[in-house]
Amino acid sequence: MTSAENAVHPYLPNSAPAVRQAMLDEIGAASVEEFYADIPDSVRLHRPLDLPAPMRSEAELARHMEQLLARNTSTRQALSFLGQGCYQHHVPAVVDEVVNRSEFLTAYAGEPYEDHGRFQALWEYQSMMAELLDVEVVNVPVYDGFQAAGTALRMAGRITGRRRLLLATAVDPDKLSRVRDYVRPDHDVVVVPVDPRTGCADLDAVAAELAKGDVAAVFADMPSALGIVDAALPQLAELAHGAGALYVVGCNPLALGVLAPPSAFGADIACGDIQTLGVHQSYGGGNAGFIATRDEEHLVAEYPSRLFGLAPTTVDGEYGFGDVAWERTSFALREDGKEWVGTAAALHGIGAGVYLALMGPHGMREIGDTILTHTAYARQRLAQVPGVQVPFGDSLHFADFTVRYTGGRTAAEIRADLRQHGIFGGVPLGDQQAAYCVTEVHTKADIDLLATTLEEIIK
Amino acid sequence: MTAHHEQSTASSPVSTVSAEDARIAPKPRLRRFHQASWDEDLIFDLGSPGERGVLVPRPDPSLTPPEIPAALRRAEPPALPEMAQQQVLRHYLRLSQENLGADLNIDVGQGTCTMKYSPKVNDQFVRDPRIAALHPLQDEDTVQGVLGIVHALEQLLKEISGMDRVSLQPGAGSAAIYANVAMIRAYFEARGELDQRDEVITTIFSHPSNAACAKTAGFKVITLHPDADGYPDIEALKAAVGPRTAALLITNPEDTGIYNPRIEEFVRIVHEAGGLCSYDQANANGILGITRARDAGFDLCHFNLHKTFSTPHACGGPAAGACAVTAELAPYLPRPTVEFDGTTYRIDDDRPESVGKMRPFLGVVPNLVRAYAWIMSLGAEGLRAAAETAVLNNNYLLHKVRQIPGVSVPYAEGRPRVEQVRYSWQQLYEDTGVHSEELGLRAADFGTHYWTSHHPYVVPEPMTLEPTESYTRADLDEYAAILTEVAREAYESPETVRTAPHRSTVHRARPESLEDPATWAVSWRAYRRKILGEGLR
Repeated sequence: MTSAENAVHPYLPNSAPAVRQAMLDEIGAASVEEFYADIPDSVRLHRPLDLPAPMRSEAELARHMEQLLARNTSTRQALSFLGQGCYQHHVPAVVDEVVNRSEFLTAYAGEPYEDHGRFQALWEYQSMMAELLDVEVVNVPVYDGFQAAGTALRMAGRITGRRRLLLATAVDPDKLSRVRDYVRPDHDVVVVPVDPRTGCADLDAVAAELAKGDVAAVFADMPSALGIVDAALPQLAELAHGAGALYVVGCNPLALGVLAPPSAFGADIACGDIQTLGVHQSYGGGNAGFIATRDEEHLVAEYPSRLFGLAPTTVDGEYGFGDVAWERTSFALREDGKEWVGTAAALHGIGAGVYLALMGPHGMREIGDTILTHTAYARQRLAQVPGVQVPFGDSLHFADFTVRYTGGRTAAEIRADLRQHGIFGGVPLGDQQAAYCVTEVHTKADIDLLATTLEEIIK
Repeated sequence: MTAHHEQSTASSPVSTVSAEDARIAPKPRLRRFHQASWDEDLIFDLGSPGERGVLVPRPDPSLTPPEIPAALRRAEPPALPEMAQQQVLRHYLRLSQENLGADLNIDVGQGTCTMKYSPKVNDQFVRDPRIAALHPLQDEDTVQGVLGIVHALEQLLKEISGMDRVSLQPGAGSAAIYANVAMIRAYFEARGELDQRDEVITTIFSHPSNAACAKTAGFKVITLHPDADGYPDIEALKAAVGPRTAALLITNPEDTGIYNPRIEEFVRIVHEAGGLCSYDQANANGILGITRARDAGFDLCHFNLHKTFSTPHACGGPAAGACAVTAELAPYLPRPTVEFDGTTYRIDDDRPESVGKMRPFLGVVPNLVRAYAWIMSLGAEGLRAAAETAVLNNNYLLHKVRQIPGVSVPYAEGRPRVEQVRYSWQQLYEDTGVHSEELGLRAADFGTHYWTSHHPYVVPEPMTLEPTESYTRADLDEYAAILTEVAREAYESPETVRTAPHRSTVHRARPESLEDPATWAVSWRAYRRKILGEGLR
């Protein structure tokens, strides 16, 4: 069976029986079985795998996949107001063109010679992120923003030698799950409840937790899980530093054309997710994380990640690249390195670099302004809908925001009705609460349509 | 063609060009490769103030922007490049040409990385808006297709591993190792044994992430070294196990390409000590349909979908990992899972014993779609043919490479290798003073490259090759010929090798500055401050 003609497949060049035999002859082996001689019979699978019949031709496969994809309705076929960690932004065509190039898409881990382009593109990504974040060190991307937060907090823990981590702004429950799991060998996570009226950090409560001592870091998100850009973010820095703790701030980099980067209001470590910088939603599969700090040796020493650096070559005027402080990593030191490093999300870093180069300072300012303006309008407009309250009054929101329904209908029912009107949005956060999100892709008319649809549904 | 020209051609009685003159000489034995070398500027040197690469939608003029608190308003615009669109495209296309993707080279030299062909048709599926523009919080009835794919991929991997449940959430192989360690931790915690069981055992020829993830999760790490034949030392295992053993994390075949024939005994020894066994299947490509994690008694295993199941490596991710476990460990799987009632797929996030989220949402969905499509295009026979072809290719390349003067194949003398081989250039180094890394850089002048091994170099002057099923016999012959040539040069003109690459994008870097805090430059602004002495703000 194994050398049958029907094993020949376009992906398997040397499976043609004649080639296979010629190769065996050259090696001097009777059959492929000889190469499996070390695998004992007792662990061998003595039957074919029980898998569905394959779609061997590309045409059949494409038809099969089309049938599956046809059971999805994309956000382009509806009006989507979904956010909460995955965002609908326009992805410039040039970003797609670059990240879909075979040279980038299919490369892996070559040296900075034959893979010079990868090193330069990722170093430029680091550099552009450094400009955006107003720091000097940004890593090659890690898996996602959750991982970046977990690692940033462990970095703070190693630097301070302390155990407790205070989360001061509203945190996404999934992110909290990830962070709790990730830091638990060394740290206790303390969620300091936000002020229920404002949705903002409760500074007195944070101060009280700090007074108990042993705090490695105060963590805040900008915007928070409620979408709030907390006016108290600078005060949290003072509180953290006053207690000898580091200040770690998660942020949406897309907001930083208009909002101050965390370093400007006292953050020691910034982190976050770059999905918003030109990565498709892909059902939540388009994440990549960044970590950013000042260029101080004791901070750099705690990064687990790759850090690419610029170096001269033997030829004048040539840019060379390589790894900075390699001996930090688990590639160099196994369990004695910092956490671990491995394949993560480099191509998203290249794409985000293309995105930042296309946007430039003006594009980043304008998109930040557009999203803030749309968010403010959406909150104001939905607040006019009878039966809808928009909490947290004057707090600045970016993209995400929450509403409270005061009529008899549940958030789940309202979401289902919106869906019937071709609108995705209003993800329930409880019986009467729901989340919405607007970005630059929405128009005033879209927001008005959401409001009038809600009026119809709720009345 | 002009009339005059026609006339002159027609009237020439005797051609002045002979057929011999018109004959194109045969190609030389080796490709006369030169990589693109654009001598490209850094992006910060490009563009000029006021240029725009893309325009952004602006709010309706009737809308007013909200007030930003002064302390949270950006003071100065970020010093990003200002470039027109084509100039951005051109810069990055030049960089792409200065990058040797697996689609372009005989990429058998990234041993352990399983560089196989990633079918183009699978890329088309994930670029379709019905994958690329799906939001993870859509109603389940609008995403039945993608949920069906994730569910089906779990079923396929259950059969391929023999395990009972699979999570597709981890973002890559190391993330999957970590998720398995987290499940092991949760398992012992549930039994009240975590305080006692604080040790994890691995082998030096298993990927370093096994050791590093276990340590990150709070375990002490014991590393087994090979016995004289290169197999994991069973006596060392017996000495290491005990009441503190939480788990064995082991690769098989190991990164040497050697399959540990006593794997069942390893598993039994650890089980008898009360520990769990987790199988790092990063090297599964040669054993698909041949042997399975469950068949050797493992409790957990993981696959790298970007390796064994063909999703592109993307310059180092996004990748995807799959954790497969027995029913006993299934309650601890990362949440959510995708469940099917015979009619409808749904997301189950209510899993109280779960280790929780390993990443946002369901996983790296585009790579799950690609892996599903790849398996469905091959089926059981095709997977087995892929495995057998990968192993045939590996042993064929082994047969070729071992004939090159200066190379050796340490350990397990006379035994076959599965899907990769860790070679040693120690003899060549002793003879010539040329290091393995330098041979790898010289290979770049012939349009390919190779990787040495993870650290520490247990095998001296290492080289790790993994041909996979994707390369033809001619490809493998070419690759072996390049290595033969590079090794010959090391003996006959070592300076050529030591100063390589010569026909790559750039020349040998002087990386000393990268280890010194005073000179390392992770960003353009750091370079300007430290090296150019510019005062920044």
